[in-house]
Amino acid sequence: MTATAVIQARGLTRQFGQLTAVDRLDLDVPPGQIYGFLGPNGSGKSTTIRMLCGLLTPTRGDAQVLGFDVIREPEQVKRRIGYMTQRFSLYGDLNPVENLQFMAEVQALPGSERRRRVDQLLERFHLADLRTQRAGTMSGGQRQRLALAAATLHQPSLLFLDEPTSAVDPKSRRDFWEFLFQLTETGTTILVSTHYMDEAERCHRLAIIERGVKVADGPPADLAAGIPYAVVEVMTGQGADARSLLQSRREIASVTQLGLRFRVLVDRSVTQPVELVRQVLAGEGVSGEVSLSAASLEDVFVAVTQKEQAGS
Amino acid sequence: MRIMAILRKELRQLSRDRLTGGMIVGMPLLQLILFGYAINTDVRDLRTGVVDMSGTQLSRQVTADLAVSQVMDLVMQAETPEQLTAALRRGEISLGVFLPRDFDRRVIQRDRPAGQILVDGTDPTITSVANQLRQFPIRFDSQARPGGSAGPAASFEVRTYFNPERRSAVNVVPGLLGTILTMTMVMFTAVAIVREKERGNMELLITTPISRGELMVGKILPYILIGLVQVALILAVARWVFQVPFVGSLLDIYLAAMLFILANLTLGLMISTFVGTQFQAMQLAFFVFLPSILLSGFMFPFDGMPRLAQWIAEILPLTHFLRLVRGVMLRGAELSELGPDLLALAVFAAVTLTLAILRFSKRLD
Ligand SMILES: Nc1ncnc2c1ncn2[C@@H]1O[C@H](COP(=O)(O)OP(=O)(O)OP(=O)(O)O)[C@@H](O)[C@H]1O
Ligand SMILES: [Mg+2]
Repeated sequence: MTATAVIQARGLTRQFGQLTAVDRLDLDVPPGQIYGFLGPNGSGKSTTIRMLCGLLTPTRGDAQVLGFDVIREPEQVKRRIGYMTQRFSLYGDLNPVENLQFMAEVQALPGSERRRRVDQLLERFHLADLRTQRAGTMSGGQRQRLALAAATLHQPSLLFLDEPTSAVDPKSRRDFWEFLFQLTETGTTILVSTHYMDEAERCHRLAIIERGVKVADGPPADLAAGIPYAVVEVMTGQGADARSLLQSRREIASVTQLGLRFRVLVDRSVTQPVELVRQVLAGEGVSGEVSLSAASLEDVFVAVTQKEQAGS
Repeated sequence: MRIMAILRKELRQLSRDRLTGGMIVGMPLLQLILFGYAINTDVRDLRTGVVDMSGTQLSRQVTADLAVSQVMDLVMQAETPEQLTAALRRGEISLGVFLPRDFDRRVIQRDRPAGQILVDGTDPTITSVANQLRQFPIRFDSQARPGGSAGPAASFEVRTYFNPERRSAVNVVPGLLGTILTMTMVMFTAVAIVREKERGNMELLITTPISRGELMVGKILPYILIGLVQVALILAVARWVFQVPFVGSLLDIYLAAMLFILANLTLGLMISTFVGTQFQAMQLAFFVFLPSILLSGFMFPFDGMPRLAQWIAEILPLTHFLRLVRGVMLRGAELSELGPDLLALAVFAAVTLTLAILRFSKRLD
């Protein structure tokens, strides 16, 4: 897989003064897939994407994107990729047609093709009715579709999408992901950053980033299966007691409350995790239903960040 | 053509930006109208103080004549010349008329100025008015002329206070043309780049194949057009409203202006590569604007400045443009006679554009 990787980064590091925003990142992105970048605010997602686009110079390490070195040949990289910035970066005082026309000219699409391509994109991204509306007055979802249209205008084989769906409602998000899957069907590789679990779940592959460090990497299902904890779900009315009791145990890595439910991560070294939780609660007279559950991506996230904290 | 794409986009954005659009037309007009007060020499009712030391019938007659001339409004009768200068300093009066004790004798003998007009030289309008008063006729009704019949008419001596260099009104328009262009053009390109950085557009733009040169040139071209529109506007107002004569060729004026506009735009681009926000861009533009006004010869005569100031002034585009436009507009010179200043502007534009392109980075760090 490494041989055909669209993006290959080794020890990619970027410092801003004392702060290490991205720390020794290794990355292999296979072609034709959606590769997710999951991480909280400030974890270094945008910084990584900017380095891979040839916009930021890595402090250390190197990266090949579509076979070009991002440090020595950034212009070759820029020519071949599409980039959707985290912040809307088309022109708010121009309408969709003018914005796309402009980008088409800048991307040097042949004159004959330009108009056809712009019309096609307006149609495809449901922007045809908004032809004359200035981008600045469009809704978040409409702007985001316009930005994706602009990023795909020159049919790049690799797309970088930096949190494309923040500030967009769930329905629009679903529609947006439909677009992404359509794009992968034509062979486009997509690297998308997000902090939504449901979006991360839909990626072919996923890297979880925490404070600049990649803490997990793999298909979402593998990540869920691979965590070193058993997930035990507890249903109880005595939330506060249950929480403090469970948290006091060394074998229990984390307790997350979801309404009346608790998701408890128990170390794999415990052979009977459900029994352990039952005993802990019953011992202090807390009643509740206890059952084993399958790990979700949320649990993976909690688990890997837990490990980080324990390790540091 | 990527340059054309940028050009079209800039013009389209400008046409939608009412404020900037209004500034393009409004700023030169407003400046000219404001300064037009200085250009307009038809001034009336200047507050005037009089000291009549002789107190003769003739001196009272002259004072009355001055009062009905409508130029002066006699607001003060002083006892001594010292009171007059003090009132002048306090700004209570703009003109002072001093008739000496031997006024009658001076009028008859005509060997020395009959009287003095003291002028507040801080206001160029008043200075020019006072210069006209020099020719104010002093009638001497008793016909006795012992000193001969063909001597020059008795006259006033004009003393300009606070501003010994008397600027002619006509000189203001070329200077104004230059300062207005400096003020707007440097700002336009500086802000045009920085605004895109601030709004986030630049991050997308520099991730496309566009080259630095294409981006820079594309940003300059629309504003050359706009600068020429401003020049046309200023020249039209100068010509038709303020009756400023154009001695030289209009084409030469436009050519000189175009080169000057270019130099300012490239300077603006260079400024944009040093700053991150529009506010900083404006501050830096102002930092250039101030020495331009002070050292270019617009405010103070170039020859009177210390050597160091002259060297600095030689770097400023406005200095060369003022020489060019004064030469062409007022002296009727041909551009070909003003080669060094044309060359200086061209070199300035080439150097700043090159620096801007080299300094501009298609990276974020
Ligand atoms: N130009 C910069 N100068 C200094 N620090 C920076 C710069 N850019 C990013 N950082 C810092 O680097 C860290 C990572 O930032 P980055 O924008 O990559 O995070 P992110 O994962 O994209 O976060 P978010 O989800 O909020 O977009 C942050 O602590 C940020 O403050
Ligand atoms: Mg980010």
